[in-house]
Amino acid sequence: MSLLTALELVPLIGSLLLFAVPKENSKLIKQFAFALSIVTLAVSGLIALRFKTSVPGMQFVESHTWISNFGIQYAVGIDGLALVLILLTTILTPIVLLAGWNEADNGRWSVRTFYILMLVLESSMIAVFAATDVFLFYVIFEAMLIPVYLLIGGYGRGERAQAAMKFLLYSLFGGLLMLAALIGIYIISTNQIGGTFDLAKLSTLQIDSGTENFLFLGFFIAFAIKAPLWPFHTWLPGAAKSATPATSVLLLGVLDKVGTYGMIRFCITLFPHATKTFTPLIIVLAVISILYGAFLAIGQRDINGLIAFTSISHFGFIVLGIFAMTSQGISGATLYMVNHGFSTAALFLVAGWMVARRKSSAIEDFGGLQRVTPVMAWCFFIAGMSALALPGISSFVSEFLVLVGTFTRYPVAAVFGTTGIVLAALYVLITVQRSLHGPTTPGNEEMTDLNLREKIAIAPVIAILVLMGFYSQPILNWINPSSHQTMQAAGYSDPLPKAGK
Amino acid sequence: MTTRANLVYLIALPLFSSAFLMLLGKIANKWGHFFATAISASTFGIGIVEFIAMRSRSGDARAATQHLFEWISVGTFRVDASLLLDQLSICFVLLITGVGTLIHIYSIAYMSHDVDRRRFFAYLNLFIAAMLLLVLGDSYLNLYVGWEGVGLASYLLIGFWNQKPAYATAAKKAFVANRVGDVGLSLAIMIAFTQFGSVTFAGVKDGAPHASAAALTAIGAMLLLAAAGKSAQFPLQSWLGDAMAGPTPVSALIHAATMVTAGVYLITRSNFIFDASSTARLLVVIVGAITLLFGAIVGTAKDDIKKALAASTMSQIGYMILATGLGPVGYAFAIMHLLTHGFFKASMFLGAGSVMHGMDDEVNMRRYGALGKVMPITAITFGLGYLAIIGVPPFAGFYSKDKIIETAFNAGGTKGILLGGAALLGAAITAFYMTRVFVLTFMGKKRWDDKAHPHESPSLMWIPMVLLSLGSVASGYLLSKGSALVHWLAPVVNSSNAEGGAELMKPIVVSALALGVVVLGVATAIIKYGRSVPIEAPAGSALTRFARRDLGQDDLNHQLLVLPGQAITRTLVATDFGFIDGVVRAVGWTLAYLSQSLKKIQNGYVRSYALLMTAGAIALLVTIWLVTL
Repeated sequence: MSLLTALELVPLIGSLLLFAVPKENSKLIKQFAFALSIVTLAVSGLIALRFKTSVPGMQFVESHTWISNFGIQYAVGIDGLALVLILLTTILTPIVLLAGWNEADNGRWSVRTFYILMLVLESSMIAVFAATDVFLFYVIFEAMLIPVYLLIGGYGRGERAQAAMKFLLYSLFGGLLMLAALIGIYIISTNQIGGTFDLAKLSTLQIDSGTENFLFLGFFIAFAIKAPLWPFHTWLPGAAKSATPATSVLLLGVLDKVGTYGMIRFCITLFPHATKTFTPLIIVLAVISILYGAFLAIGQRDINGLIAFTSISHFGFIVLGIFAMTSQGISGATLYMVNHGFSTAALFLVAGWMVARRKSSAIEDFGGLQRVTPVMAWCFFIAGMSALALPGISSFVSEFLVLVGTFTRYPVAAVFGTTGIVLAALYVLITVQRSLHGPTTPGNEEMTDLNLREKIAIAPVIAILVLMGFYSQPILNWINPSSHQTMQAAGYSDPLPKAGK
Repeated sequence: MTTRANLVYLIALPLFSSAFLMLLGKIANKWGHFFATAISASTFGIGIVEFIAMRSRSGDARAATQHLFEWISVGTFRVDASLLLDQLSICFVLLITGVGTLIHIYSIAYMSHDVDRRRFFAYLNLFIAAMLLLVLGDSYLNLYVGWEGVGLASYLLIGFWNQKPAYATAAKKAFVANRVGDVGLSLAIMIAFTQFGSVTFAGVKDGAPHASAAALTAIGAMLLLAAAGKSAQFPLQSWLGDAMAGPTPVSALIHAATMVTAGVYLITRSNFIFDASSTARLLVVIVGAITLLFGAIVGTAKDDIKKALAASTMSQIGYMILATGLGPVGYAFAIMHLLTHGFFKASMFLGAGSVMHGMDDEVNMRRYGALGKVMPITAITFGLGYLAIIGVPPFAGFYSKDKIIETAFNAGGTKGILLGGAALLGAAITAFYMTRVFVLTFMGKKRWDDKAHPHESPSLMWIPMVLLSLGSVASGYLLSKGSALVHWLAPVVNSSNAEGGAELMKPIVVSALALGVVVLGVATAIIKYGRSVPIEAPAGSALTRFARRDLGQDDLNHQLLVLPGQAITRTLVATDFGFIDGVVRAVGWTLAYLSQSLKKIQNGYVRSYALLMTAGAIALLVTIWLVTL
């Protein structure tokens, strides 16, 4: 058993063990779940240490036959792309568990169920990034909907049942398209190389272009819904408004990355020609997402809705970078997935604390918080600065890489995308002004600042945002070989400088 | 190139000091301001040491670098965190740390009654760090970090008293206007990388001769947009007046002496781009000429002393921008004016702060009058700055501004006459509005009521004012003696290759003309404001009212940007729910309708859905198996 499988199993087995803890002992349940997430983090740290930057391709590879008739395997392995997303998962999980210590107390079901679902979700997120068998990926891709559905529907706020159902139906619809494409590619593989779902083997298939386009779309739409890309985004704001902060962080911060991850790993690798065909359209959708998400963020009155729409804008950047097909674009987009995860985590967690204290998520109900709860206000401000990609904070590096990488191939798209930085300044600073500045809004005078547990939970996120702003090259060193391989698979190379000497 | 190991401390010391003061919290309230001031002074010390060391080196060895670490490296896009201290950046280092330290000292007294004084000093240190990074980065991307860093510090300091909604709005406005400029800087960097495969100054300089004219013009235009945002130049000038919401020492340091001049630095640093594109240079001089007149006209109408000075800053930076567009000869004069302006404008802003300090934060000059008697030191130091800015010999502005007017006239042809004429007209208006400010504030009869008890400020405040006013007196002479600054900067801005343009007017003629219009401006102002000044502003002519409204800059932005922006936002919010999500909901309803017949299995239990999903998955597996048979 490779370390990777062990990493998947730790939270999964832990969730099973939680069944043994009595329902009533919620403190023990929380401590146990938190401890397990720390163990998982440690194992992932070990993987990161043993990961070899210089080796291209998959590492920690393991495969066993699962359903031999269909050539379905339990096959896992990671490259830099998968590694950073797995690390994002294992770092954020203990943070959200600590940050949302009391989130599950008033849910429809028990605290125990909440933590079981959280650990199952963590395990499935690790597994989805590690899977190198397309069928295995698909099964986990669909299976992880269940814990999220239950977490929103059972522990959320407001119209949680409706939001959870919308999320589920949207995702199932995408999953259905992907399944159809999956069957399609399997049939082609049976005719050419013998039935298999092995990613590496499937990428060698010769597919006629009409079929390839359909298969590509089957995967792409599923991922575009997950990411979410305009116009497949309307499930997100509802889900973000209804989910608990911890669920929102894992949903937008990590789980949605499966969409953009899938675009790189499956769409581009499996269907390079269709990728070329659809790239112009996707670039347009990405630019629309950037600007549309930003404009809607400006128009939001609900703080969680605001964060959801900023994410739509940021996912636009990620998709833009991926399909720019330059090493800066793809590496930037991958780094952006990580940075957006931490940035969103900071935003959702602090917003969650603000909402819990104010018992309202309307932005206008806050006001003057800088002088009432300075620590909380500063955390929110720094999170906001990361959302507008201030240089010196991590998002800047990735956003600039995406833009510069896009510019070398699609200058017009890059110009439109760059105007997004003005809109980002607006949606962040308008919100900061309304919630933190001005006179203290009546009802906020007695608001309490962050307690020690909350400070400990948010401190690592803030530290990562700042440190990676100044020094993210080690992460890029993991990512760069993967980006290089993706470009090779798609048959692209970086444009050369125009003014040659 | 020389390697120096201490450059990083210029940035690291104030940066860590800032973080330290913020994180320590109240514990540091008692001594935080002294600590921050000491840190600022130590950066000045390093600056002096580096300056002396640089002078002792000769020729090519003067520029020094320090490589820190690999910041971003993806494909051929490689940016190192690396510093460059050359003849140009040392000018800024000394200005930033020198004036910065004086303003730290001043602020100890000025902010002594503020409960958040520690936070104020933390922001000031943050500003020093970011501004030094801006001028020390060896690539456009490093510069960008400092560029937005000073924007952040400026935002925090303008909104220092953000419990007042208007101040919070002013801070936001400054940030957003700067971001518009930053789009320009971002795009300039992207074009540079696409063209040259490099974003370092050296790399771009090497590549520039090989690039097409269109590419160079595009980079130049985008850099100009960036400069316009940061330096409050037309058409992005509207934020500077509102930025006066910040505490006055901030106005002196950031919004007069240093940060707002960063645009001039950017263009001067990018001389290899502008030298190669006459179109870009033309755009630069147009922006400079428009802004120098715009600011001057607005300055004549403002009754708020800080806003009058802010308009003046905008106008003076217009002169500098104009100079940078005049080719290799102009850069050194732009920098010279930047340095002299740093002294005299900081001196006058601190003077304004001193007046406000003694007048219970009153800013309306119509409520001042005769303050020279009660605040003699403030009046004298302000007066020296005043003489410097209007260009009276031998004060600093005389040397630096006359050089710009002269160079503008000598630009040749109609262009030269237009630019020179604009610069000359600007000088006349400057003399008028600055005389107005001085007379309204320090001369005439007192117009304050008896509740006010104006008094001279404490020594911690007037000592920095005195030192800065010494600079207003002597800096022009020292910098231009034997063309000291021109020679000093020659290796950076390549001015040795400057062709001596057609000399339209001899320096002595320009000086005489300039002096003539200055006398005219001063005389007009004395006639108009020397006798009696109404406490309430008279209605004024249409032009006066227009100038009071900043020549309609906010109205224009409101009509052109804010209203359409709000309309787009409203429309999109409505469309998102009504149309896009509407389609989704319609699909949902249709499906729900069709599935009425299947109602019986829709029992609402997750477990039965799960069962169905499992059954479906099995069915699919069977199908696949059948297919493969």
